[in-house]
Amino acid sequence: MSDSPVNQTTSRGLSLPNIKGSVVIITVYLVFLMLPIYWLINMSLKSNTEILSVFSLWPRDLTFANYAVIFTDPSWYWGYINSIIYVTMNTVISLAVALPAAYAFSRYSFIGDKHLFFWLLTNRMAPPAVFALPFFQLYSSVGLFDTHIAIALAHTLFNVPLAVWILEGFMRGVPKEIDETAYIDGYSFPKFFVKIFTPLISSGIGVAAFFCFMFSWVELLLSRTLASVEAKSIAATMTRTVSASGLDWGVLAAAGVLTIIPGALVIYFVRNHIAKGFAMGRV
Amino acid sequence: MEKTVNQKAWFLVLPVLILVGFSAVIPLMTVVNYSVQDTFGNNQFFWAGLEWFDELLHSERLHNALGRQITFSLIILAIEVPLGIFIALNMPKKGFWASLVLVLMSLPLLIPYNVVGTIWQIFGRVDIGLLGYTLGKLGISYNYSQDAVHAWLTVIVMDVWHWTSLVALLSYAGLQSIPDAFYQAAKIDQASRWKVFRYIELPKMQGVLMIAILLRFMDSFMIYTEPFVVTGGGPGNATTFLSIDLVKMALGQFDLGPAAAFSLMYFLVILLISWVFFTVMTNLDKRDGV
Repeated sequence: MSDSPVNQTTSRGLSLPNIKGSVVIITVYLVFLMLPIYWLINMSLKSNTEILSVFSLWPRDLTFANYAVIFTDPSWYWGYINSIIYVTMNTVISLAVALPAAYAFSRYSFIGDKHLFFWLLTNRMAPPAVFALPFFQLYSSVGLFDTHIAIALAHTLFNVPLAVWILEGFMRGVPKEIDETAYIDGYSFPKFFVKIFTPLISSGIGVAAFFCFMFSWVELLLSRTLASVEAKSIAATMTRTVSASGLDWGVLAAAGVLTIIPGALVIYFVRNHIAKGFAMGRV
Repeated sequence: MEKTVNQKAWFLVLPVLILVGFSAVIPLMTVVNYSVQDTFGNNQFFWAGLEWFDELLHSERLHNALGRQITFSLIILAIEVPLGIFIALNMPKKGFWASLVLVLMSLPLLIPYNVVGTIWQIFGRVDIGLLGYTLGKLGISYNYSQDAVHAWLTVIVMDVWHWTSLVALLSYAGLQSIPDAFYQAAKIDQASRWKVFRYIELPKMQGVLMIAILLRFMDSFMIYTEPFVVTGGGPGNATTFLSIDLVKMALGQFDLGPAAAFSLMYFLVILLISWVFFTVMTNLDKRDGV
């Protein structure tokens, strides 16, 4: 059987639903996903009077005033900078500690390994509402309240277990013979880990980083509890418009649109990694 | 894969242990501490034993919130898991379209929870929202802030919108790892579409599906921000899920004792269900030898 891509599609097409059907399904699904986002963008480009007075599918009176508010007001744009700082810190810390641990779980059995693994996962399951108050007391008592590192550390509570879990899955897929060969060739463990092993699971690291970024970026309750001014996240900043007199729908929508952008960039970056990883798996 | 017994592996796990221990065990102990004490203010605490637990276990408020929570989680799992698999099976396999679909699908996942709430709050409003306005024009009376059923539908559709892509993306990753040889073998055996799914695709997706289901269950069980922004727990208490109730109790009424007891039981319930789930799934794994 030929291995050309065309033949693969046709050979699978016999049993899979035909191409047109799947295109329709995906299109319908994407429209469902995009409509509310489109509506948010639509709102962000309107003035508040237009939002409340006329119902229109697109902005009649296109305005960027809402975005101008965000880019000129430090209390708005610092929200984004703060968020990016602690999310990056969190991702780096999470991956740095999760990598060796995931390696241990995937390669060795040791006393209490299964219990430890499950205990880690339980922290991923803990409701943030439970931890909000104790975290506040803990970080205040060590003088870390309202710092980026406090939020980054708090978020490791759910990101480290997830990173360990994802990385362990990817590492299990790497044959053990590779480790053994490397040791025979005289590699030390750190050298082997950095030079040989890490590139092999780069797609796994990409996926884990993606999830760490994602969950830290979208989290509101803890980041709001642990910061007041200096490290205030964009999510917390956005709640301000709700409490202010009357809802400023336009600026709120614009801020919402801007929160989507870093995420989209990260997905775009990881997408290449995933594609590469998949290509490796397909012998 | 056979694992080597090696106790030195503990050193590799140590950083994780210290970090998570610091940010999980210490705060949890504070919660335990509060849960067995009562206070009249002024930071004066005295021993209350299991009083709070006893009181909560017999409170109708908690029972109702738990009932609503379980119903919600089951409904969204029943919708999102099959739908996610279905979407994954229909996604383009490679090329520009595959990338585009992946990026677009991931978008809702990276929107902060309160923004998701805001999006749907606006989208569903009868005066300025596309959904509410259209439904109104179609002659369907729809108002999520007045009608409990409408509030539920809005919250469920919002969650499906928000999270189905996660299930789909993870399933897609599982599907991508299946070598073409498997499909070719199936074709030679003239396996039906259903059999290809049941005996090739589903077993290969099992691992990632387990992650997806666990994540979705846990996150839906702790859902707070999105329904809070959209419905505020109402109308009445119709969409007051466990976390909303807990925050009302802890920060609204500042009942530290009951809130801490609530937190612990909440945590234990999640733990128990996840443990059952985890055990069942790992046993399935072993049986199939995947």
